[in-house]
Amino acid sequence: MAPDLLVPCKVPTASPATVADLVAELAAITTRPWTLMEVCGGQTHAILRWGLDQLLPPSLRLIHGPGCPVCVTPAATLDAAMALAQRPEVILCSYGDMLRVPGSGAANLLTVRAGGADVRLLTSPLQALELARAHPQRQVVFLAVGFETTAPATALLARRTLALGLANLSILTAHVRVAPAMETLLEPDRSDGTPTEVQGFLAAGHVCSVIGTGELKELVANRGLPVVVTGFEPVDLLRGVVTCVRLLEQGAPRLENAYPQVVREEGNPVARALLAEVFAVVDQPWRGFGVVRGGGLALQGPWAALEARRRFGLPDPHDHPTTSSSRPGCPSSPPAGASGPIDGPMDGPINAPAADPCIAAAILRGRALPTQCTAFGSACTPEHPLGAPMVSSEGVCAAYQRYRHTPTPP
Amino acid sequence: MSERILLGHGGGGTLMQQLIDTELRPLLPNPGAPLHDAARLHLPHGRLAFCTDGYVVQPLEFPGGNIGRLAVIGTANDLAMAGARPLHLSLGLILEEGLELTVLRRLLASVGEAARECGVQVVTGDTKVVERGKADGAFLTTSGIGLLEVEEPIDPGAIEAGDQLVVSGDLGRHGMAILAARHGLDLQPPLESDCAPLWPLVKQLLERGVRPHCLRDLTRGGLASALHELATARGVELRIAEERIPVAARVARSAELLGLDPLQLANEGRFVAVVAAANLEATLAVLEPGGGTWIGAVERGAGRVLLRTPFGSERLLIPPSGELLPRIC
Repeated sequence: MAPDLLVPCKVPTASPATVADLVAELAAITTRPWTLMEVCGGQTHAILRWGLDQLLPPSLRLIHGPGCPVCVTPAATLDAAMALAQRPEVILCSYGDMLRVPGSGAANLLTVRAGGADVRLLTSPLQALELARAHPQRQVVFLAVGFETTAPATALLARRTLALGLANLSILTAHVRVAPAMETLLEPDRSDGTPTEVQGFLAAGHVCSVIGTGELKELVANRGLPVVVTGFEPVDLLRGVVTCVRLLEQGAPRLENAYPQVVREEGNPVARALLAEVFAVVDQPWRGFGVVRGGGLALQGPWAALEARRRFGLPDPHDHPTTSSSRPGCPSSPPAGASGPIDGPMDGPINAPAADPCIAAAILRGRALPTQCTAFGSACTPEHPLGAPMVSSEGVCAAYQRYRHTPTPP
Repeated sequence: MSERILLGHGGGGTLMQQLIDTELRPLLPNPGAPLHDAARLHLPHGRLAFCTDGYVVQPLEFPGGNIGRLAVIGTANDLAMAGARPLHLSLGLILEEGLELTVLRRLLASVGEAARECGVQVVTGDTKVVERGKADGAFLTTSGIGLLEVEEPIDPGAIEAGDQLVVSGDLGRHGMAILAARHGLDLQPPLESDCAPLWPLVKQLLERGVRPHCLRDLTRGGLASALHELATARGVELRIAEERIPVAARVARSAELLGLDPLQLANEGRFVAVVAAANLEATLAVLEPGGGTWIGAVERGAGRVLLRTPFGSERLLIPPSGELLPRIC
């Protein structure tokens, strides 16, 4: 085997020297304590996986956002998916991560599959088309989850399904929108009214590559805090942190794009057009949050008939379109989620008796770290999770469990 | 003979006899000899190692191997990890009604070829056929007997603080080949499994005077599971350097795409050797030509594995917690 084929463990887009330069720059420009939130679960994992938080100045704090679509999918949606999966005519398919997450009880799609349900794992929604064509006598239901990153592929699936006239394929929609949740995170906390600690956002680069930066500009304008579009590799993440700290130190609440190699201001126009065509923006319950105004997407127009809840007569959480006038993939005005009461089920702990110590809801809202949970690592582990953030591979608790260690006492 | 496996092929009658005579008997060391209920073995004097394993991989055939090759090499490798030269294997076949005979022939051809490669003889076997839907094409089981070539036990109990850790080659090829095939990831050219016999390398180590404290093949759960098991079994801290761990760029990229950690991916032709510092040079002399490399060392501590990133930070390396599932975005 040719030695040039080998890389150290992972594709290294960051040389240690570049990282060291950025770390030194950060130390030089940081004069005060700052608290930043990285929004995306992928970023949280990369930070912990590469130990980047260990390299930051002590006064700089990163808190972890809700950007794990698996974690914020409401238990009711999973209950619906499991109920559908147990119907003999149904083939329920979704992305791998979703199969592990329990609904309101202990069961998840994997245990339902072990009990005889036909649950399949997909890596692309379009594989659902093949399933539907291969099993004309069955009903194929695709549990569609994810932020604006995966929603365009679901939109494509919806369009093809109608175009092909496939009557045995439906979509259990649980797509969420990231910008409204960022607005919600800046509100006083719904449980105790404490103000947010977030002083700057590292926005999720992949979502921005689809929706562009318009919605984030509104967030900056409304809230007066810096937002930096940030990538996922060690160097990208540190560039995002450096840019955000620089803006904070300068007192310049602006939007900056620290991931220009991937994200353009206008995003991906084709994907945005697809989203706007197939989906309507709706108020949607998020696990741990309650209802987020404008926080979800629902199939609209001719595609609404593909909604699995409608086809199988299940209750629909998107009863009404949002009161805001935003469209998916478009800047919203007024900003979704910016005002108005947020209510709905907290939907926090899973697998949990009433007195359970799980603080998943607070962790999802960036109000607590996994290490502040008395159950973390003892009563709650990936094998016996109490909360969704421990279940999903993108979840905050799973990241701490997987990568974090406490230094050995001397 | 029909072109698919029928229930009758496991029924003990003439169909089964035909199957055994045409497909299975040629695997035996003396194909012409009359068959009996048990094989008689002539074993060298010494201590023996004995192990068993079941093989249920899907797909049955994958780039770089198939379940037949895996069933021989996996069990032979388990013997090698105890310091035993593999000698004899049993082969159990549980076939699903409807399995194409051409597929079975390819699997059995690979059994024969892999046995020759490992220097083992398939000396006994069993065939069952179950109804369609009751098995996934074919399940194989093999048990193996090997001759221990060293006096000292090679097992986690022998690991000491100060020992050095060496992997025998780059990681994750088998797991990625299987997952790519299973998830329709169309890698061109296909990524091939690393499935290969390990005894030749172990033999070379022993011949050079290396007395490994422990050897562990990096199968399910990959390097992460193997090191974690060793650390917890012995109650030591394993410290490894991430930049030393070899992973092929294609494996790393595919794993990244699916959200998987190459260190948790299975290997079928790789092992980690835990050797005394004095044996490190000789170990590297044997393993480096095949892509092997030093990755870390054993320290006193609390049963865990710490990985130092290229940036100087540290993190835990823990085993996967169940099925490896691709992430969403």
